[in-house]
Amino acid sequence: MANPKSIFEYAPAPESRSVVDIAPSYGLFIDGEFTEAADGKVFKSVSPSTEEVLSEVAQAGEADVDRAVKAARKAFEKWSALPGAERGKYLFRIARIIQERSRELAVLETLDNGKPIKETRDADLPLVAAHFFYYAGWADKLDHAGYGANPRPLGVAGQVIPWNFPLLMLAWKIAPALATGNTVVLKPAETTPLSALFFADICRQAGLPKGVVNILPGYGDAGAALTAHPDVNKVAFTGSTAVGKQIARTVAGTDKKLTLELGGKGANIVFDDAPIDQAVEGIVTGIFFNQGQVCCAGSRLLVQESIQDELLDSLKRRLATLRLGDPLDKNTDIGAINSAEQLARITALAETGEAEGAERWSAPCELPTSGYWFAPTLFTNVTQAHTVARDEIFGPVLSVLSFRTPEEAVAKANNTQYGLSAGIWTEKGSRILAVANKLRAGVVWANTFNKFDPTSPFGGYKESGFGREGGRHGLEAYLDV
Amino acid sequence: MPTTTPPPGKAALTGTPFADVTASATTLRRFLHGLPGVDTVGLEARAAALGTRSIKTTAKAYAIDLAISMIDLTTLEGADTAGKVRALGAKAVHPDPTDRTTPKTAAVCVYPDMVATAKEAVADSGVKVASVATAFPAGRAALAVKLADVRDAVAAGADEIDMVIDRGAFLAGDFMKVYEEIVAVKEASGQARLKVIFETGELSTYDNIRRASWIGMLAGADFIKTSTGKVGVNATPANTLLMLEAVRDFRAQTGVQVGVKPAGGIRTSKDALKFLVLVNETAGADWLDNHWFRFGASSLLNDLLMQRQKLATGRYSGPDYVTVD
Repeated sequence: MANPKSIFEYAPAPESRSVVDIAPSYGLFIDGEFTEAADGKVFKSVSPSTEEVLSEVAQAGEADVDRAVKAARKAFEKWSALPGAERGKYLFRIARIIQERSRELAVLETLDNGKPIKETRDADLPLVAAHFFYYAGWADKLDHAGYGANPRPLGVAGQVIPWNFPLLMLAWKIAPALATGNTVVLKPAETTPLSALFFADICRQAGLPKGVVNILPGYGDAGAALTAHPDVNKVAFTGSTAVGKQIARTVAGTDKKLTLELGGKGANIVFDDAPIDQAVEGIVTGIFFNQGQVCCAGSRLLVQESIQDELLDSLKRRLATLRLGDPLDKNTDIGAINSAEQLARITALAETGEAEGAERWSAPCELPTSGYWFAPTLFTNVTQAHTVARDEIFGPVLSVLSFRTPEEAVAKANNTQYGLSAGIWTEKGSRILAVANKLRAGVVWANTFNKFDPTSPFGGYKESGFGREGGRHGLEAYLDV
Repeated sequence: MPTTTPPPGKAALTGTPFADVTASATTLRRFLHGLPGVDTVGLEARAAALGTRSIKTTAKAYAIDLAISMIDLTTLEGADTAGKVRALGAKAVHPDPTDRTTPKTAAVCVYPDMVATAKEAVADSGVKVASVATAFPAGRAALAVKLADVRDAVAAGADEIDMVIDRGAFLAGDFMKVYEEIVAVKEASGQARLKVIFETGELSTYDNIRRASWIGMLAGADFIKTSTGKVGVNATPANTLLMLEAVRDFRAQTGVQVGVKPAGGIRTSKDALKFLVLVNETAGADWLDNHWFRFGASSLLNDLLMQRQKLATGRYSGPDYVTVD
């Protein structure tokens, strides 16, 4: 080559926006129809990477919640009386339509959420379809789920989901609810309502009976009204621990069944005999997947002191190769933070980390001028006492702590108010088993991180919530057992 | 077996943390078994993830030219003739006769008895002549025979020697024998650059490939190379990624840069671009140069040429618009 040191610059490779047609406005989806909110309120959904307004969406209030719950109650009678195999057919149909429309939905989700198209295309959408396929299979086999013959559904499920995996969290909630014969009122997060509204369209496309699925975009007040509604039999919430506690208080003293999937401060434990290059990849996946806005993120790196410097050098070198920018570009690794509010929270916690004496390092990358962005960041010199080691940041910020012995690793990993996820990196199989048994976390990954599968139950210990979603265990939350 | 004078590999490592690693079979074995393990699932997932990079327009044009310039255009058949080798040489110098801006390939790669013919064919074009040696591809011959093979190729004018390691010795755990053979071949190669072929398909595990990479680098290899192209599994994104990690780590710890050559099974431009992405994001830009990265391939060149024509004209031409050699 004439210039041997010329840089291999990847040209922009944007996914086409034209595959998705976003309407200028959307209504609430109640009883199979899109309708205005009773009080006519609307709000705007913006694209976090550009701050462009994508659409104007009807904002549900208490009256709309009541209307939706009534519709769901009415639909419940026939829906729950259908043979399981018939309900399964609808779910299979929905799963297939999701696959057929996956490119459109991936682009939509990337626009509304800010996450890279690489993730929506390769992780979110395949998992969404897989979740519906999986629970479609359960619909006619509930007799064999381990809850005795003919387990009964609960009734109307009120579900409130977060903005970090909008369509995937919808799938986690709606698929098991429908498979078991419940009907659903779901409130997506206010910053990411669009994919749920596209899902409403998919329900119509699949010919799902009216009122079985109702979608109410809105804010916290709509969520509160939904979880408090007297005719809701089951409440499922994924989101922050603070809101989760509030919901638990609301539901206390009623006969509503409740599952909560809340925050986390996952420990990713790297022993000195770990496969280092793969551990580095796992750390990156653990905390920078979806900009760290993952409840089960491996936000605390616990590394054995004897390999700390070596590992951190490798990690920093790797972080320097992350590509931050236009989420629609197929080569983007790190997208935008979901909202200005979340960005402010991450920024404030990172500043607290610095103020408390932790050492901050950010990957060298240029941040776009519009939209909400935060460079991949890690903190060293962190102890258990630091705020960045205790509080959930929900952003691309990794706290690095060290340990000397396996006992110390386990003690530190468990020393948190949360208990959602953990990772173990070692080539020694016996150590994996021994350590995993002592970790108080709902999911423990060994030599991998952030791997999801509809067949595997997911949920937390302690303030990370209770109840399990996914797998056979996920059926229990929607059955009167 | 060199016992009195230190082999070149050892000399190069004086003052590095690895100076004593090859002092005895025990120390070498201990060192190799102390290398970090490789998690198969994680390695393959990383290679696959990098395979989803989307290389378009200007980046694609750059990468196609770079890939052409990195090819060791190879013919290693019992049926090779002087005519075949001359045609290959002509192709290496002018890959696309309709477009003289097309870069030359890095080298032609032939058996030792064809080196003189190849040398004549590429003349002073700058295209190198590489020769396989050491009883390629099995490597099942006495060391003296292997060294004679190497000297013969060098005497005929080979610029580069592609040797095979003794996989039998490696799998039997005799790492020292593997190491000393490479050292001896390096010495016999003189000024020629030495590529060490591991035959990764026969080593079978990623841990073995990492160990072999370190043996090769410690022994003074200028390049480490995946395969002969003569077995079932040749170059793969995962084994090449692993070897790129090895040369990256070796340079970080010794300051010595070693090249990488995946060979066999890379047939399409799309594949080649994926390998270049692996280089770019693993070893880094310093390896994006035919002095440090090569493709051992034959049919790959024509696919790259067709893609190159497509980028220039906007149309696919077809196999009749590139030369069949």
